[in-house]
Amino acid sequence: MKHETPLLNQLESGPWPSFVSDLKQQAEVRAKNEENIEFQIPVDAVEDLLGVLELSYVDGTTHWKHGGIVGVFGYGGGVIGRYCDQPQNFPGVAHFHTMRVAQPGGKYYTAEYLRDLCDLWDLRGSGITNMHGSTGDIIFIGTTTPQLEEVFYELTHKFNQDLGGSGSNLRTPADCIGSSRCEYACYDTQALCYDLTQEYQDELHRPAFPYKFKFKFDGCPNGCVASIARSDLSFIGTWKDEIRIDQEAVQAYIGGEMPPNAGAHSGRDWGAFDIQKEVIALCPSDCMKYEGGKLEINNKECVRCMHCINVMPRALRIGNDRGCSILAGAKAPILDGAQMGSLLIPFIKVEEPYDEIKEVIENVWDWWMEEGKNRERLGELIKRQGLQKLLEVTGVTPDARHVQEPRSNPYIFWKEEEVEGGWDRDIDEYRKHHQR
Amino acid sequence: MAQVDFKGKTFDVDEDGFILDYNQFCDEWIEYVKDQEGIDEMTDEHKLVIKVLQEYYEKNGIAPMVRVLSKLTKFKLKHIYELFPSGPGKGACKMAGLPKPTGCV
Ligand code: HEM
Ligand code: HEM
Ligand code: SF4
Ligand code: SF4
Repeated sequence: MKHETPLLNQLESGPWPSFVSDLKQQAEVRAKNEENIEFQIPVDAVEDLLGVLELSYVDGTTHWKHGGIVGVFGYGGGVIGRYCDQPQNFPGVAHFHTMRVAQPGGKYYTAEYLRDLCDLWDLRGSGITNMHGSTGDIIFIGTTTPQLEEVFYELTHKFNQDLGGSGSNLRTPADCIGSSRCEYACYDTQALCYDLTQEYQDELHRPAFPYKFKFKFDGCPNGCVASIARSDLSFIGTWKDEIRIDQEAVQAYIGGEMPPNAGAHSGRDWGAFDIQKEVIALCPSDCMKYEGGKLEINNKECVRCMHCINVMPRALRIGNDRGCSILAGAKAPILDGAQMGSLLIPFIKVEEPYDEIKEVIENVWDWWMEEGKNRERLGELIKRQGLQKLLEVTGVTPDARHVQEPRSNPYIFWKEEEVEGGWDRDIDEYRKHHQR
Repeated sequence: MAQVDFKGKTFDVDEDGFILDYNQFCDEWIEYVKDQEGIDEMTDEHKLVIKVLQEYYEKNGIAPMVRVLSKLTKFKLKHIYELFPSGPGKGACKMAGLPKPTGCV
């Protein structure tokens, strides 16, 4: 190796897959170059990456310069520019830009597709990736400015593959695997995610928003893609009718023939399954009972928390009248504190071509694009202008489900038209009845 | 930091090709950036975008939001990309000599 890395070497021991060992292997593959690749960026890029990382381990600070503005023509985002602040010592990473590549729904791949991507990236980049970025993208880590258009050309022309989003725009949407492999899915998350990604390509590639905006799609309230915490608009599947109960299967759980939670706790002895203790008593609405060998659910009181279904997946199933809830405003702490999504649409049908859902999205955008301040997330605009405003612009009638609890302070605004006589009052009229 | 010499002028630029000092802006800079940014011919529309950006920057000390730029120039975002293929930030702001956009880009 080109640089000594005593600190990083310590991360090669232990059972977890070591990113250091993997990087060293990649460095070696490039050095040997058995496939005779005409590397388009320095052959020792990976060695210099290890070198600069070791330096950061030694002095406890980052060695990337601030920011970086690079990209491809036609798009305003998709590439995160980055330059090393010690280019003379680590020339291999003097340029080390990251490219975001749009990933398929549920991240299902064929070996052929991945092999093609790797061939491209071995030639024109460092060969290092992040599978995947937190937002969802396939991340190509490390290339030079002149290679950006080349990579983009090959992605689009050979693999029919586009870049992901970055900047003040719609970022790459992501989904849980949904109905592809999960019996809890209340709608086809991948279909909706794909459709909206295609519909809003323009918003994704050319920043037109006050700030970033994310979509995520969870098939049920379990939230496997964490949409409620990580997307400005969060689509979470649910149902309106009854939980379907298979009483025979309930008996199989009670009789111990089927493990609770599909065996998720089998690593430890928790005793025999006790339906009373593990399901009935834990139902947050207290709306279940087990009497005379029969499980009953008062569905009117059920909040569809998924607990009973998660414990007895073979006996309890989601209802048949399905759709999703839409929640708005999740964001990380900067600037005014972290937020999770707040319920905006309690229930909406998820049916192609998703016109109703698109109407909600576009109404939210129309409002936020006009009213949002520079670098203000949707969640912050909701705080600043109020949930009422969001309901107004989306044409949603306020109802009890929009709040966890009613306000406790009495600083209540009324619209003038709601108040008899309006706001224009004459002090002389008042004085006729009340002396000074 | 690097230096660029073009038609008798010298510019201090960063890695992304933005000028470091707004005061170094001049017509030669436009000519120099034009080619890198995929622009064949400077039209009156290009010049209007540049002018609006510079006036806004001189008055407010920041670049305008995309929406504001659209309103001031009356160009839709689509048209701004037709004029400046790398967009209002990397394309137009760079050519206008404004500081590099920052944040989560
Ligand atoms: C104040 C500045 C920034 C803030 C507040 C910020 C915030 C965030 C947030 C909230 C996410 C999404 C995380 C998630 O979805 O779980 C994210 C993703 C990301 N950010 Fe930033 N970020 C900032 C600056 C930067 C900069 C300067 C870079 C790179 C030079 C960067 C690179 C990334 C990357 C690579 C991702 C993952 C993208 C993906 O998964 O597609 N961020 N950032
Ligand atoms: C229509 C006129 C007014 C209304 C409806 C009103 C109403 C109230 C109310 C509800 C409180 C809170 C009481 C509490 O929490 O115990 C309060 C506190 C107070 N008001 Fe008014 N107020 C009026 C006019 C005024 C005026 C004209 C002044 C001063 C010249 C004034 C000075 C104060 C002060 C100093 C307090 C705070 C008392 C404390 O915190 O201990 N108010 N007012
Ligand atoms: S969010 Fe629900 S539907 Fe989606 S994978 Fe997780 S459990 Fe299944
Ligand atoms: S889904 Fe939750 S609230 Fe509904 S019955 Fe089951 S445990 Fe109770």
